[in-house]
Amino acid sequence: MRHLMNPLDFTVEELDKLFDLADDIATNPTKYTHACEGKKLATCFYEPSTRTRLSFEAAMLNLGGQILGFSDAGSSSASKGESVSDTIRIISCYADICAMRHPKEGAPMVAATRSGIPVINAGDGGHQHPTQTLTDLMTIRALKGRLGNFTIGLCGDLKFGRTVHSLINALVRYPNIRFLFISPPELRVPDYITDMLTEQGVSYSEVIRLEDCMPELDLLYMTRVQRERFFNEEDYVRLKDFYILNRDKMSLAKDDMLVLHPLPRVNEISVEVDDDPRAVYFKQAKYGVYVRMALILTLLEIDI
Amino acid sequence: MLNVGKIEEGFVLDHIEAGKSLSIYHHLQLDKLDCTVAIIKNARSNKMGKKDILKVECDIDTLDLDVLAFIDHNITVNVIKDGEIVDKKELVLPKEIKNIIKCRNPRCITSIEQELPHIFVLADEEKEVYRCKYCEEKASDSTTPW
Repeated sequence: MRHLMNPLDFTVEELDKLFDLADDIATNPTKYTHACEGKKLATCFYEPSTRTRLSFEAAMLNLGGQILGFSDAGSSSASKGESVSDTIRIISCYADICAMRHPKEGAPMVAATRSGIPVINAGDGGHQHPTQTLTDLMTIRALKGRLGNFTIGLCGDLKFGRTVHSLINALVRYPNIRFLFISPPELRVPDYITDMLTEQGVSYSEVIRLEDCMPELDLLYMTRVQRERFFNEEDYVRLKDFYILNRDKMSLAKDDMLVLHPLPRVNEISVEVDDDPRAVYFKQAKYGVYVRMALILTLLEIDI
Repeated sequence: MLNVGKIEEGFVLDHIEAGKSLSIYHHLQLDKLDCTVAIIKNARSNKMGKKDILKVECDIDTLDLDVLAFIDHNITVNVIKDGEIVDKKELVLPKEIKNIIKCRNPRCITSIEQELPHIFVLADEEKEVYRCKYCEEKASDSTTPW
């Protein structure tokens, strides 16, 4: 039995297989409509989430399976003091697979060690969010036709953004990728990441102005400055509007550059950019469902 | 000069940084063993100025010495049999340590689930970096000892 805790749990070859399956699901959705009949997905969300939970639920429903679960800790036994270890033992009796989000880092891993069913980490604090990374990789592969041989700009909160850290770790396994880190000095990418890139001989630069590097980019990954990661409201207010992607900046970019964003967006991408064909962040959400469908089938070992 | 006699079988842990012997005594759980233990503090040392020494008279398979390497890999471990040194063990950093240090990340699951063991995994042998198995927080000098 396998779980998914970290995007690196899967080898590059295993990811290729997963994305091939997701591609097939996107092309032939009807082939999979009964694939999980009689199976149940438990969504155990100890903190609120809209997209991730609904995306998992949509994925299971598309496969003909059923869903059960809770969407905040207050409506679960956690409010009575039940441990994650005990909860997952119970959930294992009710469902065939579990997607867990928890504010405490490592909680899904604890669940996986005690679980009788596959557990998917649906986000644990500021630590990992592997299905977002799978979604990002799937979107790049589907729309660029390749994973590798490109320059990617990551912009915004590169210090606290877990999606950014996960994506960098996943992308370094592909050939000829150049990273441009675009952030204010206060939110620059952590040293352990730049150290890792230097050690692996991966090319990267750090820049402050988005305009300076727009023409070079094949991909731009925008992120939100998250209020909940700041201890100080003043710092948050000062940094939240540091980068706003608008039509003027987009005019500097290549015709085939793609803009991705893990969403939710606040105001870092102006709504005027939404109609630009290079803005693919809403398509990304669709790929998120296909990749989660492929993941559920893979972890349940269902072949169609 | 204080004299502590030879032991017949067991270990002599030498070159312990002065003041650390009691912490090692607890980490090796020597308090739970029914054997003779000599704790020598602040012994004179040419190499270190001052050092601590632990003499433990026990079966040589009784002790898990992995933890020693994590605490201080400069400690010399002499294995004693029939009153003589028969082996000097080289300390190798353990791949994993359990309940030796506590994770200090307030967002780690170990901060709320009390019964969970605090496990750190050797992430970088060259730089001697250990990371929490659950949240990957780096163990540092300020990490809370158990």
